[in-house]
Amino acid sequence: MTDGSARPETIETSGEHAEKTPGLVAAFRSMEVDTRLIGMLGALAVIWISFHFWSGGTFLTPRNLWNLSVQTAAVAIMATGMVLIIVSRHIDLSVGSMLAVVGMLMALLQAEILPDLLGFDHPLTWIIALIIGIAFGAALGAFQGAIIAYVGVPSFIVTLGGLLVWRGVAWWMASGRTIAPMDSTFQLLGGGSRGTIGGFLSWVVGIIAAVGIVLLLINSRRTRQRYGFALRPLWADATIGVIGVGVVLGAVGYLNRYFLPPLLAQRRLEEDGQVWPEGGVDIPLGLANPVLIAILVALIMTFISTRISFGRYVFAIGGNPEAAELGGIKTRLTTVKTFALMGGLVGIAAAVQIARLNAAVSGLGQLTELYVIAAAVIGGTSLAGGIGTIPGAVLGALVMQSLQSGMVLVGVDAPLQDIAVGVVLVVAVAIDTFYRRRST
Amino acid sequence: MAADLSGTPLVEMRDIRVAFGGVHAVDGVTIDLYPGEVVALVGGNGAGKTTLIKTLSGAHKCDSGQIYINGEPVTIDTPRDAKEYAIETIYQTLALAENIDATANMFLGRELKTRFRTLDDSAMESAAREVMGRLNPKFQNFKVPVNSLSGGQRQSVAIARAVHFNARILIMDEPTAALGPAETAQVTELIKQLKAEGIGIFLISHDIHDVFDLADRISVMLQGKLVGTVNKEDVTKDDVLGMIIIGKLPGEASSTELEALHE
Repeated sequence: MTDGSARPETIETSGEHAEKTPGLVAAFRSMEVDTRLIGMLGALAVIWISFHFWSGGTFLTPRNLWNLSVQTAAVAIMATGMVLIIVSRHIDLSVGSMLAVVGMLMALLQAEILPDLLGFDHPLTWIIALIIGIAFGAALGAFQGAIIAYVGVPSFIVTLGGLLVWRGVAWWMASGRTIAPMDSTFQLLGGGSRGTIGGFLSWVVGIIAAVGIVLLLINSRRTRQRYGFALRPLWADATIGVIGVGVVLGAVGYLNRYFLPPLLAQRRLEEDGQVWPEGGVDIPLGLANPVLIAILVALIMTFISTRISFGRYVFAIGGNPEAAELGGIKTRLTTVKTFALMGGLVGIAAAVQIARLNAAVSGLGQLTELYVIAAAVIGGTSLAGGIGTIPGAVLGALVMQSLQSGMVLVGVDAPLQDIAVGVVLVVAVAIDTFYRRRST
Repeated sequence: MAADLSGTPLVEMRDIRVAFGGVHAVDGVTIDLYPGEVVALVGGNGAGKTTLIKTLSGAHKCDSGQIYINGEPVTIDTPRDAKEYAIETIYQTLALAENIDATANMFLGRELKTRFRTLDDSAMESAAREVMGRLNPKFQNFKVPVNSLSGGQRQSVAIARAVHFNARILIMDEPTAALGPAETAQVTELIKQLKAEGIGIFLISHDIHDVFDLADRISVMLQGKLVGTVNKEDVTKDDVLGMIIIGKLPGEASSTELEALHE
């Protein structure tokens, strides 16, 4: 294994024969792709295709996938934060209740407080409400994190308390009233027919993403070359590039085939001073704002968890808390930061949720903590700590939401839906545990 | 080749006490260390060696006593403080985060950054390869999680981490416990080389042969107390065994007590 040859070191552990047998497995190894991620994509494909046939061909329509993408956004946003929480051997059971408190605050701000101060429908209302909401979420998270880190109460207990306390506070803030409507600009955060970027900009986003993938691959090759490390074979990089670009552009192209209903489209055109042509015209909605927010959050969280020292510390603490402490890491401060980050993400998710509902109720986000944790865990985050990825959690959220939406689509009874989701969660983790045990 | 013991000691730990509950793990111990010297710290299980040394590496606070570095009184409350004084420690447990790779472990808490404040993984890997090239040229697994490495390879990572950051004071707690004969020889070579560079080394070891091979002076602990510190040249292995087991200095123990050691 350690013969000092120029073979890429990631291959070494899995066997020396990787280059000699040009089979499919070896090809995957040369591409250095995460087999777990491939497995999850496979599971997702199975779920999607099954529901497509079961529902008589309605699941894989642009319309349904577009809705699925919007419904996934809030849980996906929070799941990226939950990954870091679980990786550092903690848990946060309070995110659903925090979602309610923060959502309620943002709703009160824009429906009752800010109109009094700034006037109704002031252009700054949405951003002030959003920033205060995110900051408040981060503060709640930091507060819980501080109790966990400095007082030493286990995170399970602190956030279990939080689950009850924040839910009560959310009710108390508005005496159980429903707060509505939201500011007209703020509503755009939730998607809906206006909260999208349209067909053209969606293509722009898709092309930027495609270029980004290619640049990342080139940059990784350059860095490896500069330091004289072993390179991935060119064909492997090319394959990854082609698949990545294909998936991104394919997804954008497919979602862009979801068009505004004719009535809305006509109104939209006439607002713009154009004439509604004979026979109508197809106006694609394009990617929804919550989806863009979720993608942006996932990118930033991936950056945080892999490219800066804070993320590395979170993983080191999860792997060996004592070693992290002895390495000079401020482990307690890192814990507070992790929970604050989680709280900030809850703030973003809360904004998306109340914008989509155009209202806030104290029951907002009930049981959401379980979906968020399930998404992270299905996405390969280990409850033992130290292991987890952001893209995995986003995929996990997509799997959970696909199951739910699919079952609603085919008309499965509500109790049966819960049973199915519960069973899938346990089976997914069982498979993952089995796979992990075999590979180490 | 003993070090020059006439100047200011590199480290002086004076009257250090640590208690856990009612148990005095370290009870008024005074030891010192000069540049270019290896002081072995020996004693049975639970003698308090590791606890004593942890007060120097910042892993434990001492209840009373004072540490001097180059004659200056210092306070070491955290591992970060210790590193400020160029004190590096190789722990018996190795203190590696199993889930991250060798390079990340070597730079844990002291990552190299790019000008954008992001982790410079390539520069760190490059530096890691350079250090490891000196210590264990066969080592190539820089990018796999440490939990898939062998005991010897993990030890190499822990040692590489300690020597990379220009330590002046090195604490090695059972550095060869997990190693085979060839790797042990490498560590022995390394200790001699570091010593020649003027680094002071506290060596905790169970292996009396290692101790006599490497140490200049030997400090013996028993039940939290220092039995005494002796020059290696002045004593035999039996003398040291007598100190470890009976707790008496050479000459103090009776002949029957010494004979009992060999039964």
